[in-house]
Amino acid sequence: MSEADYLNCSYTLRSWFFTTDHKRIAILFFASLTAFFFIGGAAATLIRIELATPQADLVSSDGYNRLFTMHGVIMVWFFLIPSIPNTLGNFIVPLMIGARDLAFPRLNLASWYLFMLGGCVTLFAIFAGGIDTGWTFYTPFSTLYSNSYVLVAVSGVFIVGFSSILTGLNFIVTIHRLRAPGLTWNRLPLFIWSLYATSVILVLATPVLAVTLVLLAAERLLGVGIFDPRIGGDPLLFQHLFWFYSHPAVYIMILPGMGVINELISCFSRKEVFGYKFVAWASLAIAALGFLVWGHHMFVSGQSLLASLVFSFMSFMVAVPSAIKVFNWTATLHKGSIRFDAPMLYALGFIGLFTVGGLTGLFLACLAYDVHATDTYFVVAHFHYIMVGGMVTAYFGGLHYWWPKITGRLYSEGWARAAAILIFFGFNLTFFPQFVLGAEGMPRRYHVYPPEFQVWNVLSSGGATILAAAYLLPLFYLGYSLFFGARAPANPWNAPGLEWQTTSPPPEFNFVTQPVVTRGPYQYSADFEPEPQNA
Amino acid sequence: MPEGRAFAPQFASARHRDETAELGMWVFIATEILLFGGLVLGYFVYRHAYPDAFVAASKRTDILIGTANTAVLLTSSFLVACAVNALQTNARVVCVALLAGAIALGSLFIGLKAIEYANEYRERLIPGVDFAFGGSLANGVQLFFVFYFVATLLHALHMLIGIGVLGALALLLRKSSNTRRRTALHSAALYWHFVDVVWIFLFALIYLPGRSGG
Repeated sequence: MSEADYLNCSYTLRSWFFTTDHKRIAILFFASLTAFFFIGGAAATLIRIELATPQADLVSSDGYNRLFTMHGVIMVWFFLIPSIPNTLGNFIVPLMIGARDLAFPRLNLASWYLFMLGGCVTLFAIFAGGIDTGWTFYTPFSTLYSNSYVLVAVSGVFIVGFSSILTGLNFIVTIHRLRAPGLTWNRLPLFIWSLYATSVILVLATPVLAVTLVLLAAERLLGVGIFDPRIGGDPLLFQHLFWFYSHPAVYIMILPGMGVINELISCFSRKEVFGYKFVAWASLAIAALGFLVWGHHMFVSGQSLLASLVFSFMSFMVAVPSAIKVFNWTATLHKGSIRFDAPMLYALGFIGLFTVGGLTGLFLACLAYDVHATDTYFVVAHFHYIMVGGMVTAYFGGLHYWWPKITGRLYSEGWARAAAILIFFGFNLTFFPQFVLGAEGMPRRYHVYPPEFQVWNVLSSGGATILAAAYLLPLFYLGYSLFFGARAPANPWNAPGLEWQTTSPPPEFNFVTQPVVTRGPYQYSADFEPEPQNA
Repeated sequence: MPEGRAFAPQFASARHRDETAELGMWVFIATEILLFGGLVLGYFVYRHAYPDAFVAASKRTDILIGTANTAVLLTSSFLVACAVNALQTNARVVCVALLAGAIALGSLFIGLKAIEYANEYRERLIPGVDFAFGGSLANGVQLFFVFYFVATLLHALHMLIGIGVLGALALLLRKSSNTRRRTALHSAALYWHFVDVVWIFLFALIYLPGRSGG
């Protein structure tokens, strides 16, 4: 292996920390996100240990508030939102569209530095004493009453928002301007469509969060502001502005996952994605509708019944494009030559878990049932099915699928399958009991609960143990493959995507000659076996 | 990287690079619109809730400086547009002079704004720092001034960034010009006009409620 690739072209620290290569920046993000994932996971572990018994035995009430806030803030802003876009997206988007880099490589690097700055500021807030507001920073508690590091944490989230915006901007411009000759919109892989939709949300929703946090910070600093009820301000306005960002942010967290699933399902059933155009436009429909449903987080806040009705109706509407995707994935499987490699196991797990998460979302979109379920474990279970069952599963699926391309190494298929299966069962055991707990009325964000809830909580904590172990597994076998894995061929899955047409790992500028595209993205041959190398 | 190219490897030509850069600025402006949009939404919520207080508060703003600043800013935008035009006809020296004019007007805007803030401080109109406004409308007036300060400070920050960008470009263009700098000027001009448009909205929202319709 004497060929120069993006990994072995230079080994200096400088060549990493000042790189403008999208592939290296993806690796920087990958390393940082992995650290944040395990920090957020550590908080979740402590939460589940505390909840194994009805009494408070591990942490105080105040400590528990800080724990779940830390878990939420870290997982939402420092793992889920950047997870697929900034790692897999950063690496794969230019390769998939036949480009040599993103449109603005230096902006891409700036995005990582902003991410790290925001991350360090937030970690400082957490380790200096923590924040007790919940990840939602609701006023007036966050502005007038909380005695914790709200300002610092809010600054961290504010900064990381600009990292999101820069990445979204870069993707939009790249997808518009840098597609290879012949790569028309209708020939784009669906992963690109979903990242495009995601980027639109990143660019249009994140600034609203930014200005809301500025107003929050001004109010906390000066003791007077626009959410301040003492001067006639409305704390609910904060919730409106916050959810105007944070509901679309849910789609930032799931759309890229859906994009990955298209690639996996298609590859491992050797078939074109069924109803390509419907799936592509469903991504944009989800992005658009996602801006019109924020009020469903506020059904019990006292907003007008008319507003609630409209938000409820719009929330049901989101189910339409989401269902189109699920139906089209299953239709893709129909009569396919299915292989159960590890990425496919993750993809199939995603379909099941996302469907449960989506359907329980419809329960919550119902005005009457939502009044019962608001702030219970039903909501917690619902969004974990979407974000962990959905997004994290898709993230792992995509990571395995593109691992040979990213690292140039093959991983242990047996271990990878074991981890995929363990994640699926561990996840369900952790979160399904929480639906029951929520339906029976156990509120979220309490660490003391009536003894009759203990059985379900013990099941959930037991499942969390399995899940934690399953999430740690890839750290070992993927880490092992990094150093000792067999060399990966350029196209181990015999897939037609442009990213597989270059070497593994790719050279510094991706393609030696500019690829030209003459067909759609999913022209799979039935033959799975890779073409012989060096033929 | 193919050596000897004047543009980065992801582009097919210098023109391709320049068009891409301009699209980037448009997307950035979309993000900025939503940044100010959230603020303006909050303004309208409270103007709807406290119409009388907003009228009373608006009457306390300095329409003289506000109007003068609007004229200053519109003129600066005109100069920037002329500068872009001048560079397209290779009148580099004229372009730099026009940019210097725009920067001077932008600085004048900031100076006038500072005088306005100082007057408001004397009149004790700064919420959280020193605020005294008697009567039943006091709360709504205070809400108005929170918006006033957050919005105009955010706008002033954009102005300062714009002045810095135009200044840097003027220095570069003083030495020499190329297509890349032309595009950079074009994008910077888009940004400057955007900041100008934001001010036109802010002007109407801040200075006019108490003074229109009798």
